[in-house]
Amino acid sequence: MSLWKYANPVKFLALSARVQPFAWAAAALGILIGLGWGFFGTPDDFRQGSTIKIIYIHVPAAWIAINAWIMMLIASLIWLVRRHHVSALAAKAAAPVGLVMTVIGLVTGAVWGQPMWGTWWAWDPRLTSFLILFLFYLGYIALWEAVEDPDTAADLTSVLCLVGSVFALMSRYAVLFWSQGLHQGATLSLDKEENISDVFWQPLVLSIAGFTLLFLALVLYRTGTEIALRRTRALNVRLDKAV
Amino acid sequence: MPELGKYATEVLSAYGITLLLMLALLVQTLRRGAKARAALRQAEQETARHGKN
Repeated sequence: MSLWKYANPVKFLALSARVQPFAWAAAALGILIGLGWGFFGTPDDFRQGSTIKIIYIHVPAAWIAINAWIMMLIASLIWLVRRHHVSALAAKAAAPVGLVMTVIGLVTGAVWGQPMWGTWWAWDPRLTSFLILFLFYLGYIALWEAVEDPDTAADLTSVLCLVGSVFALMSRYAVLFWSQGLHQGATLSLDKEENISDVFWQPLVLSIAGFTLLFLALVLYRTGTEIALRRTRALNVRLDKAV
Repeated sequence: MPELGKYATEVLSAYGITLLLMLALLVQTLRRGAKARAALRQAEQETARHGKN
């Protein structure tokens, strides 16, 4: 079985229709249980107090913000190399979801940073690259809207996506190679010493899973929307010619 | 409701803003999707009608 058969919109939509009910249900469950457990069922941190509860939204949102761009990068590369329309439309569909998650990451980070760091914002490498990633999301969406021909728009946005990937990776890894700034290291780690306590870790992982499944459900649905819009445009052109 | 202490405003506003933004994204996604699918159905019907004439 080849993965490339899903480049066919009909086959992609059929698979999407089968996956979506499970994705929506699992996303709702993951988010409700993860956030509910984190908010109601975990203790305060000895240093951060109740602001530790912000972790259950901040970390999953930042995770999606960065990985949505990586998903867009892969889809853009597929478009550039193999010219499959579904992949370009999937990248387009993911961008607004990534943008909203970036805003949530920035806002919840600022709200947490004010009482913990004493400032809403610092020009820290991770924060700055995350802000630049937000601007790239805006630029990417604006470029799709600005260019009339869909294939040209897909080409240009794919190139923009390649450039923006530097900042997506930097907002993930800046903290490792730039030993300055306020932002702490990774919240989750395979190293038991580094990783947060199990009492916070378990609801956080559930919440991350819920956000990831929500991203999947949203992107599948939104890609279906983009395919519908593309097909409508093609039919209308055919009708105009026929009249 | 858990005891949030002196950081109640920060925690509640972070959750409130997140839920609001996610709800807005969900509503926008579903409304745009419904509109696009309705437009496609209409275009398909018109194409079929045109084909018969």
